[in-house]
Amino acid sequence: MSQESKDLAAKAQKFSGKQVGNLLMNNMLIIIMVVAAIGIAIYRPGFVAPSSLINILSLTAAYLPAALGIAGCIVLTGTDLSAGRCVGLTACVSASLLQSVEASNKMWPNIGTLPVWLVIIIAMLIGACVGAFNGFFVGKFKLHPFIVTLGTQLILYTLLLLYVQMGNNGGGTIGSLDASYTDFVRAPLFSIPAANGASIPIPRYVLYSIILAAIMWFIWNKTTFGKNMFALGSNEEAARVSGVNVLLTTIMVFALAGAMYGWTGFIEGARVAANNANTGLNYELDAIAACVIGGVSFVGGIGKISGIIIGVIMLRLIFVGLTFTGVDQNYQYLIKGAIILFACALDMRKYLVKK
Amino acid sequence: MDQPALLEMRGITKEFPGVKALDGVDLTVRAGTVHALMGENGAGKSTLMKCLFGIYSKDGGTIRLDGKEVNFKNAKEALENGVAMVHQELNQALTRSVQDNLWLGRYPKVGGIMVSEGIMAKRTKEIFEQLEVTVNPKAIMSTLPVSQRQMVEIAKAVSYDSKIIVFDEPTSSLTEEEVEHLFRIINMLRDKGCGIIYISHKMDEILRISDDVTIMRDGTWVATKPAKDLTMEEIIRLMVGRELTNRFPPKTNKPGEVILDVEHMAGRYTRLKDASFQLRKGEVLGIAGLDGSGRTEVLENLFGAMTREGGHIRLHGKEIQNRSPKESIKNGFALLTEERRATGIFGIRDIKENTVISNLKGYLMGGVCLSDKKMREDTDWAIQAMHIKTPSQKTQIRSLSGGNQQKVIIGRWLLTKPEILLLDEPTRGIDVGAKYEIYQLIIDLANEGKGVIVVSSEMPELLGICDRILVMSGGQVAGEVDAKNTSQEEILTLAAKYV
Repeated sequence: MSQESKDLAAKAQKFSGKQVGNLLMNNMLIIIMVVAAIGIAIYRPGFVAPSSLINILSLTAAYLPAALGIAGCIVLTGTDLSAGRCVGLTACVSASLLQSVEASNKMWPNIGTLPVWLVIIIAMLIGACVGAFNGFFVGKFKLHPFIVTLGTQLILYTLLLLYVQMGNNGGGTIGSLDASYTDFVRAPLFSIPAANGASIPIPRYVLYSIILAAIMWFIWNKTTFGKNMFALGSNEEAARVSGVNVLLTTIMVFALAGAMYGWTGFIEGARVAANNANTGLNYELDAIAACVIGGVSFVGGIGKISGIIIGVIMLRLIFVGLTFTGVDQNYQYLIKGAIILFACALDMRKYLVKK
Repeated sequence: MDQPALLEMRGITKEFPGVKALDGVDLTVRAGTVHALMGENGAGKSTLMKCLFGIYSKDGGTIRLDGKEVNFKNAKEALENGVAMVHQELNQALTRSVQDNLWLGRYPKVGGIMVSEGIMAKRTKEIFEQLEVTVNPKAIMSTLPVSQRQMVEIAKAVSYDSKIIVFDEPTSSLTEEEVEHLFRIINMLRDKGCGIIYISHKMDEILRISDDVTIMRDGTWVATKPAKDLTMEEIIRLMVGRELTNRFPPKTNKPGEVILDVEHMAGRYTRLKDASFQLRKGEVLGIAGLDGSGRTEVLENLFGAMTREGGHIRLHGKEIQNRSPKESIKNGFALLTEERRATGIFGIRDIKENTVISNLKGYLMGGVCLSDKKMREDTDWAIQAMHIKTPSQKTQIRSLSGGNQQKVIIGRWLLTKPEILLLDEPTRGIDVGAKYEIYQLIIDLANEGKGVIVVSSEMPELLGICDRILVMSGGQVAGEVDAKNTSQEEILTLAAKYV
């Protein structure tokens, strides 16, 4: 081997070494979380029992749609703080429209029971309108999404507080849901036999989340809208001079996110089945954390549906794991905060321009 | 001149507050020709092109495309009418793939909303084959070297089937081989009957590729001539040919002994490759060069605002590090930054705060509280010594003129008692009268025994106030000239040495 080719080989070696290092670094958080999960599984075998795994799966499915929605806002270098209250409002609206006729303090006694599909449309429409409102302020007045959605978050909370006072409800918890609703959301898709002869059901909303993820993947990767969204997040000026309608795309991204919160609200209404003004509180934080863990970058223009799914799973895995290890509940916020900081720092490391 | 005129710009005028950026400029591009547009930095080439593309709205004049008057409101409209531009600064969605960038804003659709990756791939392949571009269409933009990104941008401009294509400094990041490739593409477009506007500083390229040359100076049209009738000397003479009388104060400073010695300084992340030079007491040292030649990088690496890769800095023969601006200030350095609005002034704060900000330690009483009286006195001193025209110390600095803002910042640095002043484009965006005052200040500082380094893209300015001029080219020192015995021609030739 000539000296030159040796040098080349050494260079290649060094390069791939650096690449492996970078690969490790860029996925450090997920590696740590997987190691933590394995550790917990060894320490508390119950963590990986079928019932526990299905619990994690169900929770993932419940939190995924909101994360899928908020991810679009992050791709545009924005965020959405109104997600949680939007989930709360649509959850209360959905539940109030689908209380069973026998409920003692039925909120709207005169409407009977509406068809489930109609309520889904109403919930998603409310969410989409809130989102379009956010998107309009962001796109038209060039306000930072942080400010816009902070405002909407507060406005929505008042709407939510007023709504639960309406009809016969009087500020109480909205429960006693109609069977058509709870079945649609929670009825077992199929059941998995467990050790002691019992069987563990997998709820239907898991299937819905899978379908939603597929639809979102299609929108992100196969449509003009999706490509415009990424181009806009990557370089707004380039998108503008290439003839992309920046305002419309921004509004649509936020509206789509809102529709996802509406769907989440509809599911939460029946999943939690005890809806009040606190439903949905801080959902946006979990959703943002999941996106960041899953590699949706605040730098803009970067993100994958698969990453978001992994992010949501990882976050749920850790929370359920913490419960299993008997860590004090109070510490879970500390750990959540640390994960977000760590994930963002790792992410920014990739995009720093050194001077 | 037998080919028909494809694009006719007549009497284009554009004014910015206080400056006439374009004054009745004419440009006629014939079909099937390459038309070079030349001029120094700030001559108005980019402004003219921005008027064509509707990025600026022109104040006067007409633009005719194919004999029809046009007034594009934005770049999109220009593109749709067959006028495309390859920008000097690449405007691309870096996190997206090559073909996503190529067809952005006009994706081939199926079923109304879906993007047809198939058609997109096919068209990308066609255009790349036609232009012999060998870039992977699926590659993510940010992973490509700048030269390949440049080729993608060129392919994009061609893919619009444009009649007029503007190339703004297209070869600044290309290797020689790639330049040949670009010239093949340009010749092909010329044969197809396109009109090409080619903006470049590189004389040999201009003389090789272009049919006609238009030269601009200070926002005015100077000459349009066939390239075959021009020589490099002739072009330079037309570009710079202005008279220098009384634009500069008398040079009274006397350079003394060497105080600063910089050896093989290079930037770790920036394009400064190698710079060695000395600075004398009471000397004004100029740094010349084209945009992107590493002028600013010399100052910012010296000041510790950028990370150095190697080299030595000696102050009075003693090695110093200057790892950060803070450390440099302690060592007696001061830096007036290039972008005054972005990195110089604190726009919404008042004159006093802007003046004392770098010297706050000097006003401490008992280590805690700042002496308002001392700060007011120093600000008064700065206002008088720098001849700053301001209603009061409480005025927001952004409401002052550019020249007065610059004087505030110079005053700010003088309060830190610097020995070496680094001035990056000290007169950018300042009217002529105020420029004279800044020049006088610089000469006065040198007279007081300070060493001054001035970076400027205006050559007459460097010739007028400097003792020596360092010429940067491609991140290296291309040469050093004595300001008294040199010419703009010599400097321009040196500036093109490593490009």
